[in-house]
Amino acid sequence: MTSMFGEPIARVEDDRLLRGEGAYLDDLGHDALAAAFVRSPHAHAVIRDIDVSGALDAAGLVAIYTHEDLPGRVGEPLPLLIPHPALTHGRTGYPLAAAEVNHVGEPVVMVVATDRYLAEDAAERIVVDYDPLPAVVGVDAARAAEHLVHPDVPGNVAAHLVQANGDAAAAVAAAPHRLELDLYIERSASTPLEGRGVLARWDTESRRLRIWTSTQTSTGVRAAVAAKLGLALADVDVITPDVGGGFGVKIVHPWPEEVLVPWAAMTLGRPVKFTEDRSEHFVASAHERGQRHQVRVGFDDDGRILGLDVTFWHDNGAYIPYGVIVPIITSTQLLGPYKPGAYRVEFSSLYTNTVIVTPYRGAGRPQGAFVMERTMDAIAAELDLDRTLVRERNFIQPGEMPYDHGLIFQDGRPLIYDSGDYPAALARLKGLIGWDEFEAVRRAARAEGRRVGIGLACYVEGTGVGPYEGAHVVVETSGKVRVATGLTSQGQGHQTVFAQIAADELGVPITDVEVVTGDTRAFGYAVGTFASRAAVMSGSAVALAARAARAKAIRVAAAALEASPDDMEIVDGVVRVKGDPGSGIALGTVAVLSNPLRYAFDEAARAATQFVGGDLSTPPVAEGDEPGIEGREYFSPVRSTFASGMHAAIVETDPDTAEVKVLRYCVVHDCGTLINPRIVEGQIHGGVAQGVGGALYEKMAYDETGQLQNASFMDFLMPYVSEVPERIEIDHLETPSPLNPLGIKGAGEAGVIPGSAVIAAAIEDAEGFPITSMPISPSDLFELRRRHAASGETANASQTASVNRAG
Amino acid sequence: MRITATVNGTTHQADDVWPGESLLFVLRERMGLPGSKNACEQGECGSCTVYLDGVPVCACLVAAGQADGRQIVTVEGLAAGGALHPVQQAFIDAGAVQCGFCTPGLLVAAHDLLARDPSPSEADVREALAGNLCRCTGYEKILDAVRLAAARLAAGPGGDGA
Repeated sequence: MTSMFGEPIARVEDDRLLRGEGAYLDDLGHDALAAAFVRSPHAHAVIRDIDVSGALDAAGLVAIYTHEDLPGRVGEPLPLLIPHPALTHGRTGYPLAAAEVNHVGEPVVMVVATDRYLAEDAAERIVVDYDPLPAVVGVDAARAAEHLVHPDVPGNVAAHLVQANGDAAAAVAAAPHRLELDLYIERSASTPLEGRGVLARWDTESRRLRIWTSTQTSTGVRAAVAAKLGLALADVDVITPDVGGGFGVKIVHPWPEEVLVPWAAMTLGRPVKFTEDRSEHFVASAHERGQRHQVRVGFDDDGRILGLDVTFWHDNGAYIPYGVIVPIITSTQLLGPYKPGAYRVEFSSLYTNTVIVTPYRGAGRPQGAFVMERTMDAIAAELDLDRTLVRERNFIQPGEMPYDHGLIFQDGRPLIYDSGDYPAALARLKGLIGWDEFEAVRRAARAEGRRVGIGLACYVEGTGVGPYEGAHVVVETSGKVRVATGLTSQGQGHQTVFAQIAADELGVPITDVEVVTGDTRAFGYAVGTFASRAAVMSGSAVALAARAARAKAIRVAAAALEASPDDMEIVDGVVRVKGDPGSGIALGTVAVLSNPLRYAFDEAARAATQFVGGDLSTPPVAEGDEPGIEGREYFSPVRSTFASGMHAAIVETDPDTAEVKVLRYCVVHDCGTLINPRIVEGQIHGGVAQGVGGALYEKMAYDETGQLQNASFMDFLMPYVSEVPERIEIDHLETPSPLNPLGIKGAGEAGVIPGSAVIAAAIEDAEGFPITSMPISPSDLFELRRRHAASGETANASQTASVNRAG
Repeated sequence: MRITATVNGTTHQADDVWPGESLLFVLRERMGLPGSKNACEQGECGSCTVYLDGVPVCACLVAAGQADGRQIVTVEGLAAGGALHPVQQAFIDAGAVQCGFCTPGLLVAAHDLLARDPSPSEADVREALAGNLCRCTGYEKILDAVRLAAARLAAGPGGDGA
């Protein structure tokens, strides 16, 4: 049997998904009542009155709930999931607004009816009287703090954090060259094709609650809902069905609906379901990315950074249930593959009257990469050096690994890179895109009246964050292997890669392996799927659990064959003496032998019953042993493992329309040892598409009153097939991680991280003036051209005077 | 009203249908065919694409009353007799599926393209799929899948078209 690990095998998930047999949340519970919500039309208002009387005779109506109807903890504010000492003014929303609304889309009234159409009809008849208050919209308004989102939060500041390694201000001041940059990234959002949704059934006889939810953490939802409803954890099952994409938005929990729907199901004694629609998803789920950054950097004549001092402001929206994870990631991961000399970073996380923030694929890193890579390009421009040379001179070298940045990462642990080879990656990227030959390309294009530019951007991504994941591997008497792990899947192909790992470790055909994820009935201890951690965390746990099951199988078989365990192997599902195919016992039979029986339930089981024989002088199950061929193991690494990569792009900008076309997009990617190259490629493709979307198309267009002007797929421009690069050229580098048994690093988020940085660099190179704010639309670029033409600057690609020279 | 339609070759009937309901709702909630997905309800994402009298439509934009007496084929009807259609098989072999939520609509769109034009140009493929949003794949492997399916169909039954 060939090894499965490392092979680009087809996914085991696909067959039923292609037949239309996927079971997503809204495909379940056709007998359930439907919930719909009256949501705030105002960004900031006091609720004066809620009048439901007009809805009471609505057809199909079952129940209407306002905040006042919610008992005890059910109605209280949602949990602040990740406390942090710097988060001094944490505020979270109520499941149903109590007295005030703080963003458009905040739930105010819950309506339950026999179907969704009728629930929405009834919701329309409910009248809520609001007293509007001034809205705080965007980073700059939040900083100005002319108005407050929460009256008891001065300056709209939820959190303020400073980290430093060395005296950056002094290093900048003493440096021979200094620059200052002001860099801005607009809000975008995960925008999975499937929105959120939750279905709950309360079993009145067993008094157990069963919840299906489109989540990135079933164990998190289980703990939160059990606490809210006052149920024992053991009486709550949370099952993650097929999930139609997550990208971060489904990691926050419990959402208001995840508390209210189970509570309503218990209260009514009937199943209840909520399926978010697209317009709700835009205004009532979550966004990310909105940050303004100020950079002060000092460097020497060679472009080496001597001091880097960054201050930034993060727009966290109306509430902050997920804490300061996103800005912490920006503040630590903006360093990328570089040694910054002295470094100081300071951020403020600010409330605005807009929907909350959750990590969106990349989670603060796209902003960080934008800041660092724009800085690198500015240094190169200032010194008239090749942009790759400046980067090379600032790289951490392979021999310096593990490299300690002297900061604390998002997992609360030291920011120490475990491995990576940045010079090798850059050399590959330059070769892949033809960096050194580009001037000829530019000249040829110019001769045709075309304007092209090239850019690159690097990143390092902390992946596989803790605290832990676990896995259970059991060999059934049929010989089939069942693998369970607690974290969830949103389309990444986890079933396939975990099956590859288990099949390899156990020595069974992959067709004999079945994987269950995200079901608390199958595995109750887990954290969740985020931070590019599933392969590292659950993959490692599956490997360890499979190794334990394998050791047990070999021990049992060796005893039966009176051979030494050291001489045994498992090949194609048969445990045998090494090199002796005739000696084997099928794994399923070994499972039978491992479980001493009183009762024979089938023919195979007879072999394990009590009158068959065996050593009568010892207990049937030896002291310290257990029946069955199983392994249950947990993986908890000391800290994150750091993947890395570099992207380069060539863009063409239309001289008349200012449209930007990506002509080539190249990726060099290092996520350690590859489990399934095809799946990794798919992750990179999807990430790059989101990166290009974030750079050129996607932004949340709030007006000054906090109304989202583009809350639909008609107006929020997500890339179609017509907007993605023709082909993404990928080269892999594999520097294994020393921090886990498989040498792997996460791959899920990587593709998106340098998107805005690399596209901005390429546009800047094509246009000859600095690009400091993303995304950039044709109208934005057109406006920038007009401004630079007016100020007398010419489009000269070799002279990108990017920024203010600091005095 | 009562809606009677032929869906995937079988006559389906639904009673007490409000004529303004979407065909998507009727298929999913009243006819037990949840394969077509609801991701935007305004014809922008293509996840609910089905054939209506042989023409691909967004089922979310078709009123139930308009579907009465018509022929409908959904994603559930593409695999004839249990075997995957070559377009479906190509999606597996090219790695074109991630979360799978947009996949039913893309399959119908790709199926329609290859039925109309067995050897489409690159531009034709992009044009045919330009009404379908996918957030996971970046489309590259979906394009690979359509090219693979076209090659296999051109090679005829038993040919692998490689």
